[in-house]
Amino acid sequence: MTISDERSTEVSGPVSGHPHEARRLSWTQRPGLLSQNIITAIVFAIIGYTIGHWFGNYLASGYSYIANSGQNSIADTLALAFGVVGWLGGIGALNYPFAKLFGVDGLEEESPVDNWTKYFRYTLDHKVVGLQYVVGVLLFMFTGGLLAMAIRTELLNPTTHVFSPDTYIKIVSEHGTVMMMMATSIIVGPLGNYFVPLMIGSRRMAFPRIEALSFWIFTAGYMVIFSALPYGGFPTGWTGYAPLQTQSGPGMVSYLLGFAVIGTGMILAGFNQAVTIINYRAPGMTWGRVPVFVWSILATASLLTLATPVLFAGGLFGLLDKTVQTAFYVDEHGGSSYLWQNLFWFFGHPEVYIMALPGFGIAGELLPVFCRRPLFAYKVSSAGMIGVALLSFFVWQHHLFQSGINPDMRPLFMLTTELISIPTGFIYLVGLGTLYRAKIRFEIPMLFVLALFFNFLIGGVTGVFLSDVPVNVTVHGGFFVLSHFHYTIMGGLLFAFMAGIYYWMPKMTGKMMNKKIGKWHFWLMFVFFNLTFFPMFIIGLLGQPRRVFTYATNLQGLNDFSSVSAFILGFSFLVFFFNLVYSLWLKPEVAPANPWESLGLEWQTATPIPSYNFERIPVIMTDPYRYSEDGAPAYADLGTSGAPDTTTPTMA
Amino acid sequence: MSNQSTNSTGQVHHLRRMTVAWVILSVIGDVLFSIFVAPHVPPGRLTETAAKDQTDFNVLFEMAIPVLFGVWIYLGYSLVVWGDKRNKDAAFSGDAARHNTTTIVSWMAVTTVTVLFLAGFGTYALVVDHGSGGGQGPNPAFAPSGALKAETAALVGKATWAPGSKNVLPVQVIGQQWKFTYRYPTFGGFESSQLVLPADTTIAFNVTSLDVIHSFWAYQLGVKADANPQVNDVAFTTTKDPGNFIVRCSELCGIWHGAMYDSGQVESQSSFETWATTTEAANAANTALLPAFAWTYVPSANGAGGGYYPNTQDPFSKVEVYGSGTKSAA
Repeated sequence: MTISDERSTEVSGPVSGHPHEARRLSWTQRPGLLSQNIITAIVFAIIGYTIGHWFGNYLASGYSYIANSGQNSIADTLALAFGVVGWLGGIGALNYPFAKLFGVDGLEEESPVDNWTKYFRYTLDHKVVGLQYVVGVLLFMFTGGLLAMAIRTELLNPTTHVFSPDTYIKIVSEHGTVMMMMATSIIVGPLGNYFVPLMIGSRRMAFPRIEALSFWIFTAGYMVIFSALPYGGFPTGWTGYAPLQTQSGPGMVSYLLGFAVIGTGMILAGFNQAVTIINYRAPGMTWGRVPVFVWSILATASLLTLATPVLFAGGLFGLLDKTVQTAFYVDEHGGSSYLWQNLFWFFGHPEVYIMALPGFGIAGELLPVFCRRPLFAYKVSSAGMIGVALLSFFVWQHHLFQSGINPDMRPLFMLTTELISIPTGFIYLVGLGTLYRAKIRFEIPMLFVLALFFNFLIGGVTGVFLSDVPVNVTVHGGFFVLSHFHYTIMGGLLFAFMAGIYYWMPKMTGKMMNKKIGKWHFWLMFVFFNLTFFPMFIIGLLGQPRRVFTYATNLQGLNDFSSVSAFILGFSFLVFFFNLVYSLWLKPEVAPANPWESLGLEWQTATPIPSYNFERIPVIMTDPYRYSEDGAPAYADLGTSGAPDTTTPTMA
Repeated sequence: MSNQSTNSTGQVHHLRRMTVAWVILSVIGDVLFSIFVAPHVPPGRLTETAAKDQTDFNVLFEMAIPVLFGVWIYLGYSLVVWGDKRNKDAAFSGDAARHNTTTIVSWMAVTTVTVLFLAGFGTYALVVDHGSGGGQGPNPAFAPSGALKAETAALVGKATWAPGSKNVLPVQVIGQQWKFTYRYPTFGGFESSQLVLPADTTIAFNVTSLDVIHSFWAYQLGVKADANPQVNDVAFTTTKDPGNFIVRCSELCGIWHGAMYDSGQVESQSSFETWATTTEAANAANTALLPAFAWTYVPSANGAGGGYYPNTQDPFSKVEVYGSGTKSAA
């Protein structure tokens, strides 16, 4: 007798649809051209852009931000803002809110047809949104990566230049901003949206419309930040410090508005994830049974929700300075350039943990699967993630150690920064403890997880150097810090993302990623990541500041070494894209139902996953990760006769 | 379980091996580092500040070596010994594999003690080294003795310095897109594009900017201070022997940020005095056209017409900061 047998009254089958009446389909779900999809979104965005531009010029004709430049930032700002609204309206994100606003019932938004066009529509299924995000972040990453290649090309030679200093600094700024925006969403967006409901035994996210909205805002943010290039770029780096920000041309509008737009998406996504995790866990999933990946997403979601509003406000102040002549950041008129630094980093430091925690979550999630043993110190790992999230709000001024702001507070910020290594150390305790007397399977996802522990260690230890104020004097603002955060974000988060993609792709697509190409990809990426960025620690110590187009001639050898490694690192991503194409389309290999023999709940639904995820809401019976334990009960009771046996998975 | 006993003996075995390897390699690593690398670590030993910053870096590095080696040895050992092909034992499982209070508590204790030591050490180094050459804003919390007096005197044009006087020498660094200029209030407030400093002297750099944020990074001096518009960011260093040093801007300040570099010299006290008095005389006509010496300058209210005037209004620029209780008449 299982618990599920007692739940015979539960509705089985699709929860979508309203059985009591047939309702008219929303414009977002109608078949054919007469519907709202990405094409209408593009058309509406262009119309919105044009109207906004006209309106801005109408409001402020003849007004130019920089004397005689013909640049009207009011027109530029309104054009982009209206463009974003047009994009969201065109895709259908505003249908339901407007229907409610006018007291009308919203139309049916869940698709009755299941075909490829759902990926180009405002679709509410979290699995569709997850895959949309996969493509979105890969596109983001690819463009940001091309810019990185351009940077390394310029740095091949200190005296012969490929780009003008102007072009170069705009490439650097665009690269930093794009990558930061991408990295914020790279795990929460694709894997968080796709797998959190599955892993907590839910049929949906708490707010499916908000979930879809956060994706379409993310794409709008992508276009806004790229509009900086045709607008002439911006020269401030991703940090956008005022007064350089105030001084810059219209590309800066794209940066400020881009952050505000993408920040809105981040707030929505975080809030949605948090509500889902708190309220939609299956019966029996107590806080002590929540998978660590879900813990990491919860910690990240709290940061997204609480830190991002500060960025939004900061960006808005900058836009107001540029358009209607407020003086938030203008020292001469009573503002302060320190204000931007404070606001930006008050968001910015939680932001870097937004880009680290999901990586820890993936590592903790995958280790037991490939070690075939339970996760060591489960509670310590969730405590570590919550601890990092909390402390991350108290460290932001370590970015400003040499800025002259609050000099007597430096010991405090040094202390809080170093304290963060304690909960971060928890993650290592859990990781290393889980390897102890394991039976490690060296599958591709596991290789990426192991690489994460290697890379992040270097990133973390160098972070302690940066937090020490006397050492910070030498390493602040140089290639040392650049290498440090590439080690944490790329070496940590991006490796975790790759681990997650290789691990979960069989579930998402029903096809295995090719292992041989995967090995090539892993080793190229791991080796050349380290060869690219490790020399940068030395380059930085030897005195090369960040974001320079020229450098001391004696550093050319190291820079060239780093550049050539970076090109091969870039090539490793092409290997990855090739693997995607090869494994999904050229020579697809059908994946077993549970190829890694995971006990995780997400592997226990059918593949392809039905739109309602679980035939019945599962009941969680025990702790997660009870691998290799004789007589351990199954993690979940799925309440179906055909539930796959979790210890000896059936092959599809 | 049948293999319970072998597991418990095996456990001691594994950790003992790793510990032995860890101790040996860490000691070797630390010794090799201190002999071959530590003396050459940037920023060198041209000033007291640089030397102390270098020592701090080396202390951190020697603490980092055991941490890095510990994790690497553990990782390497696990991958070799506990791979599924080589490890013939069953995977460790059950409650013992999930939780071990001793391990968790000792890990937390060790990391906490290490972190608290690092924070205490960093704070101590920061305080005794008068801010370690970092920018401390207009109200330096950790100023060397005599610095506040010299700063206050400089603002009212009464600072003095002569070879052997042991006085603190205030030097103003003005960042603008895309160069640094230097003013010497002790010598009539002349402005120069050359940065020359006397040996064996405590220097108070007063760093400010006319436009965007720059960062004055005198690499070999161990000095880095952001140049913020309308903020006087003070950093201290004490020079030792004569030598050359590089100055770079280390805060992105626009298109030509990469080209914003410069060099400077530490010279003997007498040749510095000669240079300073000669330049003061040679530049007298220019100095007369400059705004009066102040901690910060703001652009002329006439906008693009150019020109700067000394800022006597800004709260960050008050003379009271330096204890005189009166405002500059500038």
